[in-house]
Amino acid sequence: MKNKYSIFSLIKNAFSHHENWQKAWKDPQPKKEYDAVIVGGGGHGLATAYYLAKKHNLKNIAVVEKGWIGGGNTGRNTTIIRSNYLWDASAGLYDHALKIWEGLSQELNYNVMFSQRGVMNLAHNLQDVRDLKRRTHANRLNGIDAVYLSTEEVKKFCPIINTSPDIRYPVLGGTLQRRAGTARHDAVAWGYARGADEMGVDIIQNCEVKAIKRNGDTVEGLETTKGFIKTKKIGVVAAGHSSVIANMAGLRLPLESKPLQALVSEPVKPIIDTVVMSNAVHAYVSQSDKGELVIGAGTDDYVSYSQKGSHQIVEGTLNAILELYPIFSRMRMLRQWGGIVDICPDASPILSKTTIKGLYFNCGWGTGGFKATPGSGDLFAHTIANDEPHRLNAAFNLNRFVSGDLVDEHGAAAVAH
Amino acid sequence: MFLINCPYCGERDQQEFKAGGEAHIERPKQPTELSDDEWAEYLFMRKNIKGVQFERWNHAHGCRKWFNMIRDTSNDEIKLVYKMGEKPPSE
Repeated sequence: MKNKYSIFSLIKNAFSHHENWQKAWKDPQPKKEYDAVIVGGGGHGLATAYYLAKKHNLKNIAVVEKGWIGGGNTGRNTTIIRSNYLWDASAGLYDHALKIWEGLSQELNYNVMFSQRGVMNLAHNLQDVRDLKRRTHANRLNGIDAVYLSTEEVKKFCPIINTSPDIRYPVLGGTLQRRAGTARHDAVAWGYARGADEMGVDIIQNCEVKAIKRNGDTVEGLETTKGFIKTKKIGVVAAGHSSVIANMAGLRLPLESKPLQALVSEPVKPIIDTVVMSNAVHAYVSQSDKGELVIGAGTDDYVSYSQKGSHQIVEGTLNAILELYPIFSRMRMLRQWGGIVDICPDASPILSKTTIKGLYFNCGWGTGGFKATPGSGDLFAHTIANDEPHRLNAAFNLNRFVSGDLVDEHGAAAVAH
Repeated sequence: MFLINCPYCGERDQQEFKAGGEAHIERPKQPTELSDDEWAEYLFMRKNIKGVQFERWNHAHGCRKWFNMIRDTSNDEIKLVYKMGEKPPSE
């Protein structure tokens, strides 16, 4: 049984100089057999294991992670959470996640620092204005809060934005989702890991999958660096490395893995109390609780697994940031990094069964998977437990690339992918 | 990967180039005969290799010609560049 985190446990542990905190999760060796194995110990994978144990009564579950939990894209993203997607299928999926976010800290007894500070998307040309107005209407029809803002309202909501008509891409308006915001990315992985561990899930780190063993069209287990693990159900949540795992099973996916970069500045006093995203110039910025500006750049156009991106991508983003926020002109950037994102042709994820029995894929989240973490885990757990998708992720099946029933969020999703 | 050796122009900055995805995907000879599965395979499914991959690149801000490249996607090292229409080396 895990000790409950509270103000009292904080005070109690202060007396022992915080040296006697209970371990948040064990460090087990893999058992010979599991009912289900999740490949990938990021937020989505850990959430999947958590909901499998919590809602579907599977107790003998393992999460295998080749590095350390939350060390991939979970720890590399810009932590933006929103659900203002255009299409009904996406709106259902992302708002399901947002609703879970709203009670997640309480549910996990772990402060994920979910902050509904609002996300504002800017329009810089007439097409943007039309698209954003259309999306606002679509969102409201789907019960998702959204308002369209004039240039003056944008300025009022975020005063440091340069709304002069003379800049290269002037701000013509914007949309605002007030329920949107940010969360502490590491805490999401750690909170789910702690919750899953409490229900008996084995979280096995430094354990890389080397092969998937099949008997005809049924999975039998995984060959890993820590030996063979027998299982009838494998849920792959490997983000940028999904194709690598798929190749082991002889499966083809419609994914391309590309570097996506982000960077943070030196910490400064509170200056921007919301998240501002700008599609046309591809720059988005928020401020972390430590005071750093968190800036997201775009993807490179080539396949790469190197977790490095090209310099000109960062340069382009910073050009746009400086034009929109002249106040940042003398700020220094502290760190820059890349993550490998798996992008689908329609910029929507895959949460699906495959042609191989017992093999499930949760991938293709591309540049925006963090926001969906709780919903993705919940729906993927449902899919694995029932061998059938949930109503909310039925549209995100792998077969849509054959049937042509794509969920085309490219450009429609309020941010350029 | 900062310099790319265009087979027509020589070494140029990477900024001048545009990646064009996986190379040697052959356009179906009889499009009307294709099943939905075969269309999906041709249009969407990609190898997305971690390691040595064959790619098409375009010298978009230079000679604007297309060419092929063999590149290691795990560390971005360029192994070989060759012209369109040339057979890919077997090794």
